[in-house]
Amino acid sequence: MIVVYHRAVRTYILKRVLSLIPTLLGVTILVFAMVRLIPGTVVDQLIGAEAKVDEATKEAARAFFGLDKPLHTQYLDWLGGLLRGDLGQSWRSGLPVSRMILDRLSVTAELVVGALLISLLVGIPLGIVSAVREGTPVDHVARIVSLFSLSVPIFWQAAMIILALSLWFRWVPPVEYAALTRDPVANLKQMILPAIVLGTVVAAQIMRMTRASLLDVLRLDHVRTARAKGLAERLVVGRHALKNSLIPVVTVVGVQAGYLLSGAVVTEEVFTLPGVGRLVLNAVYERDYPLVQGTILFIAVMFMVTNLIVDLLYAYLDPRIRYR
Amino acid sequence: MVAAAPRVERSEWRRMTRVLVRNRLVLAGLIMVLVLVLLAILAGLVAPYNPTANNVRAALQPPSSYYYFGTDRFGRDVFSRVIYGSQISLMVALVSVALSASVGVTLGLIAGYFGGWLDNLLGRVMDVFFSFPPLLLAIGVAAMLGPGTNNAILAIAAVYAPLFGRVVRGPVLVERSKEYVEAARVLGASAPRIILRHVFPNTLTPLTIQGTITFSYAILLEAYLSFLGLGIQPPNPSWGSMLQEGRTFLETAPWMSIFPGLAIMLAVLAFNLLGDGIRDALDPRSRG
Repeated sequence: MIVVYHRAVRTYILKRVLSLIPTLLGVTILVFAMVRLIPGTVVDQLIGAEAKVDEATKEAARAFFGLDKPLHTQYLDWLGGLLRGDLGQSWRSGLPVSRMILDRLSVTAELVVGALLISLLVGIPLGIVSAVREGTPVDHVARIVSLFSLSVPIFWQAAMIILALSLWFRWVPPVEYAALTRDPVANLKQMILPAIVLGTVVAAQIMRMTRASLLDVLRLDHVRTARAKGLAERLVVGRHALKNSLIPVVTVVGVQAGYLLSGAVVTEEVFTLPGVGRLVLNAVYERDYPLVQGTILFIAVMFMVTNLIVDLLYAYLDPRIRYR
Repeated sequence: MVAAAPRVERSEWRRMTRVLVRNRLVLAGLIMVLVLVLLAILAGLVAPYNPTANNVRAALQPPSSYYYFGTDRFGRDVFSRVIYGSQISLMVALVSVALSASVGVTLGLIAGYFGGWLDNLLGRVMDVFFSFPPLLLAIGVAAMLGPGTNNAILAIAAVYAPLFGRVVRGPVLVERSKEYVEAARVLGASAPRIILRHVFPNTLTPLTIQGTITFSYAILLEAYLSFLGLGIQPPNPSWGSMLQEGRTFLETAPWMSIFPGLAIMLAVLAFNLLGDGIRDALDPRSRG
């Protein structure tokens, strides 16, 4: 029995990991195409419409950027580089794209993890309270607040919080970033607000999912039996309902990882944090195409890996998934 | 049997209407959507000023009886810009949702009905699109196409088309193996006829739910793109680009940021409330 169980787990993990390969290949093609399909050539975009540059110089520029080769050769060269961990070089700074991403990764990771923690700490308890007190004013308020949270754009929420803090406490976000390793206190002070702003929407999603899932479980027979035995409501929820109801919440975290990663782009821009998200935007504004390709691909892969981990965790928590 | 069908549909329609009207939050959402649509249609009558006309002498005026929401750095009336912004926001959301639904539904119908390698291939392509966080994909597409209204629409449509494809594919898979579809096939009906006349109507419920919810996503995504300078370009009064312009005046002229942001929030909230209600009415199993 145990051997069969382990084999099923191994097969599931293997299948899930292998299924990523064609998708990953498709992602590289799409990212590559995004830059190559830019109207006009990349060189024309870089030079600008007004500049008067002769054709020979343009040709030289195309050759310099490797754009004179056939498309499939360009793609295979780029893919080969990716397999060696080489994401290319930034056209503006000349630095390796992978190094530029790694230099900024800790900021984004801290922001995303912080936002996720906040969303779990707020979303799950609120969802539980809302479900346990279904139909009461507490439930209505929690549901309305969550709907509002889902409707507020991050940049506006950030702007309003900064405005309120600057008006009432004369506080303005620091211009210079303090690294966690250099000045942990200053860093936490700097990161808490962006993490709250980014985590709010995810907290609302987690709250809604926790509520819906817990309500479903609370209607099941074993919970009814526990209540009929005279068990206190706190024990019924805590011991019999909560664990099962939290399993679907794991999937919400997976889906919301995408929101957190793209939300990080906007949050970093608003709070001027030097993370990967801001690197994407700067690359787009400066038309630094290798950097655009590299950063977008990196974030997409992070998203895929997060979803893989969530899927595996879900299969671990709910064994029925493994045998499908 | 044949005569019973319309009665069932009518009672189902009544049940849905009852659910929609009885739920006060849904009713609030419906009223908010109607007000928003009316404001967009009647913008020329409601807005007191030209939304793009500069009046430097009236720059950065706080809210007053002349300028209800104050003015921006060029002296443009923020209230008029917010009203006209609803036109842009709704138009971009409507066109991008229609475009993404058309593409997604077509692909979903084809993938689900024909199955086999075609379904596999389209499924893989959809997986590729789902591998990108939505805003990031929109940024990538908008960066590729360049800023502007049409390109923002295309970017938003590219993000949500696979979602419609996936939503439609499921019901098609269920329907295509049913006896009535098999009977139509045996009677010689062509594949497009079976898909459009018999299979497609069965996807309308999930499609309506998805369409309403995607509408709120599209409004939000357009605002994000415009805020980042990749969507609607000034002087057009997009709520997102108004917030971008208001950023540097947050402390001196906060009204430049407060009102466009409120407009985005209320518009998205309206469609979220309506989407929740329609889901409850059309798909009772999802009620939580």
